[in-house]
Amino acid sequence: MLIVTCIKQVPDTSQVKVDPVTGTLIREGVPFIINPFDTYALEESLILKEKHGFRVAVISMGPPDTEVTLRKALSLGGDEAILLSDRAFGGADTLATSMVLAEAIKKLGKKEEVAIVICGRQTIDGDTAQVGPGIATRLGYSQLTLVDHIFDVDMKAKKIRVRRRLEGRHEIVEAPLPAMIAVLREINRPRYPKVPMRLMAQDATVTLWNNKEMGLREDTIGLKGSATQVRKIFSPRRERGEIIGDGVKNPQASARLLVERLKEKNILNL
Amino acid sequence: MEEKKKIGKPRGVAQLIPDKCIACGARCQSSCPEDAIEMNNKGEPIINIEKCIGCRRCVKVCPADALEMFYTSEEKKLLLEIAASSSGPDTKQVSIEEATAKAETKEYKGVWVFVEHAEGEPAAVSWELLGAGAKLAKSLGVELCSVVIGDKVEDLCKESFAYGASRVYLIDAPVFHYYRTETYNKAICYLVNKYKSEILLMGATGTGRDLAGAVATKLNTGLTADCTSLDVDDRGNLLQTRPAFGGNIMATIFTEHTRPQMSTVRPHVMMLPRKVTSRKGEIVRESFSIKEEDVDVKVLEVIKDKGSGCDLAAAEVIVSGGRGMQGSENFGMLQHLADELGGVVGCSRAVVEAGWMGAERQVGQTGKTVRPKIYIACGISGAIQHLVGMQSSDVIIAINHDKNAPIFEVATYGIVGDVFQVVPAILNNIRELRAGNTCSVSEQITGKE
Repeated sequence: MLIVTCIKQVPDTSQVKVDPVTGTLIREGVPFIINPFDTYALEESLILKEKHGFRVAVISMGPPDTEVTLRKALSLGGDEAILLSDRAFGGADTLATSMVLAEAIKKLGKKEEVAIVICGRQTIDGDTAQVGPGIATRLGYSQLTLVDHIFDVDMKAKKIRVRRRLEGRHEIVEAPLPAMIAVLREINRPRYPKVPMRLMAQDATVTLWNNKEMGLREDTIGLKGSATQVRKIFSPRRERGEIIGDGVKNPQASARLLVERLKEKNILNL
Repeated sequence: MEEKKKIGKPRGVAQLIPDKCIACGARCQSSCPEDAIEMNNKGEPIINIEKCIGCRRCVKVCPADALEMFYTSEEKKLLLEIAASSSGPDTKQVSIEEATAKAETKEYKGVWVFVEHAEGEPAAVSWELLGAGAKLAKSLGVELCSVVIGDKVEDLCKESFAYGASRVYLIDAPVFHYYRTETYNKAICYLVNKYKSEILLMGATGTGRDLAGAVATKLNTGLTADCTSLDVDDRGNLLQTRPAFGGNIMATIFTEHTRPQMSTVRPHVMMLPRKVTSRKGEIVRESFSIKEEDVDVKVLEVIKDKGSGCDLAAAEVIVSGGRGMQGSENFGMLQHLADELGGVVGCSRAVVEAGWMGAERQVGQTGKTVRPKIYIACGISGAIQHLVGMQSSDVIIAINHDKNAPIFEVATYGIVGDVFQVVPAILNNIRELRAGNTCSVSEQITGKE
């Protein structure tokens, strides 16, 4: 039985800065990392592997250098890594992305039955949380997002029981396998790779599937298969406010001035 | 398509404008019919000018306007000559596919809002979306409708009217008691296929995001997450603006060829419209149902969170602390200020990660989006991920020792100084003012410290 973990290599958006003059992104020196939310997905796959003896296949769609991130996943304990890379996959929105990932999972499923697909909650560059549901819908799997705990996987009954976190409440849900689960940060604490594993992973093979291998219709993938288009990109508008007094030399005076200002403008009910 | 040649019109080649590429994911490469574009490891295109045929596809598709056409000086001269001698502009031919696609999208009418609820208890974001939807419906000259799916949820129809919908599509059956992706997805797709809405809005909540992703995939249409503004262009396309790259830039996205155009919007991003209980509308009841035995997913239990006494999203005043607070023990000071102002304490992501506060208090991209009347940021530098979660607050007050902290760029009022001196001073000033105003001093002191 197979667990498929979907990961993405992303620019570390917390290190991206915007040039205040031109309003353009400064990407120089911004490293590519595994999407932080996906580290929890990977960890959960490994926990399930240890408990139930699943094999873990890690898949990622992206440019060729995504191989680096897939190797890291192997060094943590993934059994197989597949890179979905082709220029025809480029420029994909979430609809076209879930197409390629779902088809890759189908392809894996022909060799070995897939029990669970695990995704991170969302990516830090796209922030959509749409690809997981896209995969589940395309494959007809049970869709369980926002999972912060897995109670059990019953392989006899082919069922999974999880806890989902929603606004102001949690839900305990039982669903048949195969299922796609998207996990939250709170679900586990990702492990660090051990040195021997890291060394081993350096020689491990990352399998490349391009579209020759996948054979998908070009109008369902990449830019052509995307329903959404970006019309323009601009930097967020910000209005700079007023700095009140010299808070370093005279914090008391600044505080008093601030409260007076708030009173004048009728902001506080004073 | 061959160009008719009198004098060969120079087509030029595409070139990258330095520093403008945002590494969007190789849209240019994907659009190139000649495989003339390779991507470097920074995700920027390298254009092979030997192969480039000057078709401009990459230029058109670039979201960052980072590509332009390059002409040699002879080509430029030639272009000018042609422009001067040409009798009239080329009439653009619309391809057959484009024309049919347009005709098909025309069949779709109306702005729909999905009314989210938990066992009948509505999520306020639904009403906020009716407010935003009303403006879109007005610009498009179409009806504003809401979609209510649930078990004994007719009340939500009346509320929908009160918040501006003129029609409600209602599916009411026990199988819809709990939200489950499969049942709700099928119900919505049934309605969309039958009544063909052009726009479908949902809250960017746990449930809304779960549902929207499934519905958009099933309907094979475009979905844009976490929109912060919605508008309509002159051709009737929905313009969806959202933060991208972790909030570092804004992107305006549209769905040209498929319908409905779907967006999710976070709670508190749009204004709650005025509720007018006298408003009436039409309820369209649909008998669509699914047999419970055909649904394998079961909600076994719903556990309501024990109120930690903190409802960030509903608070009118939020006093938020960041890394600059230096430890959980110092949050008491913020609590006192919050208590005085009738507000709650929030925090930045760093604070949650350090374990000083619980995740339910986190404001920002991976926490909550808030829109209080007053947001007081104490010792928060203002990483973009934090700013996107609070910058639409009415008044922002920032206190930070670093005068270059980005928080000051969004603050209405800022004090550069030590939070441990400034915050108590603010609290004292407010207390003094209040004491001097109406209440007696003893009343002010009761219950405080």
